[in-house]
Amino acid sequence: MDLNTVSSNALYAAFILYLVATLFFGATIGKNKEDKTKSKASKIAITLTIIGFISQLTFFFTRWYLAGHAPVSNMFEFIAFFGMMLVLGFIIIYFIYRETIIGLFALPITILIIGYGSMFPTEISPLIPSLQSHWLYIHVTTAALGEAILAMSFVAGLVYLIAKVNQTVRSKQTFWLEVILFFVFATSAFILITSSFEGAGYQVEFTQEVDGQTNTIDYHLPALVEPDGAELRTEGAFTTGIEAPSWMHGENAGSKFNTLIWSILGGLVLYGLTRLILRKRVAAAIQPKLSRINTDKVDEIIYRSVAIGFPVFTLGALIFASIWAQEAWGRFWGWDPKEVWALVTWLFYAVFLHLRLGAGWHGEKSAWLAVVGFTIIMTNLIFVNLVIAGMHSYAG
Amino acid sequence: MKNVKCECGHINHEGTVLCEACGKPIEGNQHIDGNDDNKVLNMRYEGSARRSRTYKRTIIDKTWNFFSSVKVGVWLIALALIAAAIGTIYPQEEFKNSVLPSSQFYEEQYGLTGKIFYQLGFHNLYSSWWFVTLIALIGISLVICSIDRVVPLYRALKNQKAKRHEIFVRRQRFFSETEQTSDEDRQTFMNNLRKRRYKITEDDGHILAEKNRFSRWGPYVNHIGLIIILIASILRMFDFMHTEGYVWVREGETKVVPTTDQEYYIKNEKFIYETYDRNDERFQEALKNEEFNVPSNFQTNVVIYKVKEKVTLGQEPELEEVARGEIRLNQPLTFDGYSAYQSGTQLRSEYNLISFNVENGEGQQIGMFEFRPNDDQRTYELGNDYKAEIQEYYPQFEITENGPSSFSKFPRNPGIIFEITGPNVEGERYFYLNEDVVPLSDDNEFQVSLEDTQLITASGLIIKKDYSLPFFLIGATIFMIGVAQGLYWHHRRVWLHPKDGKLLVAGHTNKNWFGLQKDIEASLKDTNIEMVKDQQEKF
Ligand code: HEM
Repeated sequence: MDLNTVSSNALYAAFILYLVATLFFGATIGKNKEDKTKSKASKIAITLTIIGFISQLTFFFTRWYLAGHAPVSNMFEFIAFFGMMLVLGFIIIYFIYRETIIGLFALPITILIIGYGSMFPTEISPLIPSLQSHWLYIHVTTAALGEAILAMSFVAGLVYLIAKVNQTVRSKQTFWLEVILFFVFATSAFILITSSFEGAGYQVEFTQEVDGQTNTIDYHLPALVEPDGAELRTEGAFTTGIEAPSWMHGENAGSKFNTLIWSILGGLVLYGLTRLILRKRVAAAIQPKLSRINTDKVDEIIYRSVAIGFPVFTLGALIFASIWAQEAWGRFWGWDPKEVWALVTWLFYAVFLHLRLGAGWHGEKSAWLAVVGFTIIMTNLIFVNLVIAGMHSYAG
Repeated sequence: MKNVKCECGHINHEGTVLCEACGKPIEGNQHIDGNDDNKVLNMRYEGSARRSRTYKRTIIDKTWNFFSSVKVGVWLIALALIAAAIGTIYPQEEFKNSVLPSSQFYEEQYGLTGKIFYQLGFHNLYSSWWFVTLIALIGISLVICSIDRVVPLYRALKNQKAKRHEIFVRRQRFFSETEQTSDEDRQTFMNNLRKRRYKITEDDGHILAEKNRFSRWGPYVNHIGLIIILIASILRMFDFMHTEGYVWVREGETKVVPTTDQEYYIKNEKFIYETYDRNDERFQEALKNEEFNVPSNFQTNVVIYKVKEKVTLGQEPELEEVARGEIRLNQPLTFDGYSAYQSGTQLRSEYNLISFNVENGEGQQIGMFEFRPNDDQRTYELGNDYKAEIQEYYPQFEITENGPSSFSKFPRNPGIIFEITGPNVEGERYFYLNEDVVPLSDDNEFQVSLEDTQLITASGLIIKKDYSLPFFLIGATIFMIGVAQGLYWHHRRVWLHPKDGKLLVAGHTNKNWFGLQKDIEASLKDTNIEMVKDQQEKF
C-alpha cells in the first residue's frame, strides 16, 4: 500500500469508527446517570471515538507529508480538519462532563460535515503563493479548533432544545427545531445525490457567453436550473429549461444553485418520509429518549463550550489571522467578507457571554443563541467561501 | 454621602446591597439587586454599591447609567455585528472591480436591492460615520461599564471577612446544614480544600476557603485590551504612525519610494515568476484539471537606495545602497522602518526592446537596430551611411476617430513608424505592430524584419510604515490574558459557619457551578458533613 492509499483509507476508517461509536453512544441513553458513564457501552464508545480521531490524525499527517504543506488549503481539506476538531472538541467536553448524549449528537454531525467536505475535489493541490506561509497552518488550525469548540455549544443546545421544547403544542420553537433537523436531512440528501451521480459519471455541458467570451460549464447533476443565458451542449441530456436568476453570475453560480435545489428537494423527500413513518415531529419522536438527561448540566455545557472556545477562536481567527494578513498584504485588517464574518462570529459570542452573565440568559435562551452562533460559523465556512467570495471574486 | 454602618461595624457606601465585610443584606436596598423575591442572594458584584444603581438624578448620572448598562452594550454590539454582516452582501466600493461609478454599478449589477444597498451607504460601510460612531459608542460603553463595576467589586472583595452573617450564608445558592459534626470532620474538609488549592482564612471558628480570586478581574483586563486596540486605531489615522504607498517598478527601473519624502529609491533588478511543474508527482492529479499553470512564486529582487544629500529639484540625487533583497508574497522586505510587500504584477506586459534587421534587395545584411521604448534614442546608425529614424511611436497603439493614437504611455502594445534612408535611397517608411513589420510604400529597396523582442514585468509594491502595530499587539495580548483569566479560571468560595452547635456550609462561584460542586463533593469525602444542595429556583 502506498502512502496515498494509507492516507485516504485512514480517513475512511475514521469515518466508520465515528459511525460505530455513535451506535454505542446510542446504547447509553435511557440509562441512569451513574451507570451511564460506567457502562461498557460508553467506554467502548469513547474508545472508538479516540481511535477514530487518531486515525483521522494519521490521514492528516500523511497527507501533510505527501503534499509538503499542511492539508488545510482547500475546501475538502479544511472541512475534514474542522470535522476532526469537532471530535477533539467533543473529547475535551466529554472528559469534563462525561455526558454521553453529547456524543450521540456530536458524532453524526461530524460525519455529515466530513461527508459534505468529501464532495469537493479531493486531490492534493499545490499551494498558491499567497498561502505559502507558516501562518496559514497556525491561523487555520487554531481558528478551526475554536470554531469546533464553539460548535459543541450548538450540539449541547440542540440536545437541550429537543429535551425541553414543549412538543404537545405547535409553536415557533417546535417549528425552528424542525428547521434545524431539516438541515440534517438536506445535508444527507446532498451527499447521497452528489455521490450517486458522481459514481455514475453523470456530466452535462453548457456554454455561456460572458463579455464576448464563451465559457464551458459542467454540471454533475441533472439540470433543474440552467446557468443564466446558457446553451445545452450535451445531446439529449435532461434539463427543465429554467434558468438561474440573472444576478447569479460568477463562476459556477448556476451549478451551485442547481445543487442547492437538489439538496433541498432531496431533504424534503427524506424529511417527509421520516415524518410519515413517525407520524409526529422528528424532535417529538426523539424527546422521550432524552427524558433522563440532566438538563442543568447540558445547559452548563452550552456555556462552558463558549467559554473555552471563545479565547481559542479569538486567537486563531482574529489575532493570528491579522498577523498573517499583515505579513502577506501589509494590512492586518481589510474588511473583506471572510474577515468581516470572523468579526461577526466573535461579536456574536461576545453578545452570548454578556447576555448570559449580565442579563441571565440561561437555559432555552442560551440554547437558541448557541444555534444561531453555529449558523454564523457555518455561514462563514460554507456560504462566504462558496457564494460571496466566488460571486464577487474580490481581490485579496 | 450617606454611608451605612452595618451591625458588624463595617461602614459601607451608599447604595450597598450586601455588607462588604459580613454580607448581611442592608435593609432598604434589597430591591436594587432584586433580592426581595428570591431566596438566593444576587451575588453578581458582591452586592456592592455601583454608581449606576445609586445615583439617578442629574444628566451626568443618566448618561453614566445609560452607558454602564450591559443591555445597552449588548444592543450596540448587536447593531454593529448586523451592520457588518449586511455590508458583505455586495462588495464594498473598494472591491467592486468595475469602471462604473458606484451610483450605477450597484443598481446595474444587483438591481433594486443593490440600489438600496448603495443609497443606504452600505457600499462604504466600514468607514461611514455611523459605523465608526457605533464602534466609538461601544468603546465608551466599555469604559464606563467597567469602571462602574470594577471599583466597588474590588472594595468588596478586599473587605470581605471570613466571618459572615448567618443570613448571607443561608441564602447562598449552595447550602447545607449539619446537626452533628466533629472537629475532625472540619479539619478533613479544610485539608481537602487546601489540597485543591483553596486558600483558607479563619476567624473565630468561621472559615473562608477561596481560590482564583484573580479571575474576577478577567473581564476588566480584557476590556482594557480592547480599549488599547481602539486607541491604537485612532492613532493609526495619523501620518507619523502609519503611511502607505503603492509603486509600480519595471524590471531594470529605479523609482522614488512613495511616502518617504523622496528619501529612498527602489530598483527592480529582476522579477521572478514560477509555476508548478505539471508533472510534479504530488500535484499531477489536481493540476490536470487546471487550464492555466498554477503559480508557485512571485518575487521581486530589489535594491533600496537612500539619497545621500538633499538636492535641488531637477538634479540627479546621489544614491547609496542601504538594502538589497527578495520580496515575495508573504515575505516583505524591511528597511529603516518601512516594509515593502509584493502586491501586483503585470507579467511580461511591456516591451523593453524591439530589434529590427535591415537587408537590401539581394538579401545582404545592411545592419540592425534596437528600439528601446523607455530610452530617448530615436535615430540609429546602421553603418555605411544607412540610417533608421523613428517617426511616430505609440506606446499602446489604438485607432480612434482621429487616427492612430496611444491608449497609455506604457509600451504594452507599441506601434512604430520608422524610416530607413541610405546613400542612394530616399526614405522608405515601415510600420511595426504586433510583432510584425509592414512597408508603407510599394517597390521597396529594403527588406526589414523583426529580429527580437523582449518583454518585462512590472512589479507592484506596497510600501508601508506602521508604528501602530506594537500597540495593537499589546492590546491583543492583554485581551487574550484577560479572557483566559476570566474564562479558564473561576472564583470559588466555600464558607463554614458554626451556629449553635450546628455547621452551616455555603458555596459560591461566579461560573461553572458544576466544578464547584465537584470540589465540595470530593472534599467532603470521609466526613459527616452534609453535601450542599442547590437552592436555585429552577428556571
Ligand atoms: C466587542 C466588545 C466586547 C468584548 C469582546 C467583551 C468581552 C467580554 C468578556 C469575554 C467578558 C467575560 C464574560 C464571562 O466571563 O462570561 C466580558 C464581561 C463583561 N463585559 Fe464585556 N466585552 C465587550 C464589550 C462590552 C461592553 C460594550 C460592555 C458595556 C456595556 C461590556 C461589559 C461587560 C461586563 C459588565 C462584563 C461582566 C463583568 C463581570 O460580571 O464580572 N463589555 N466582556
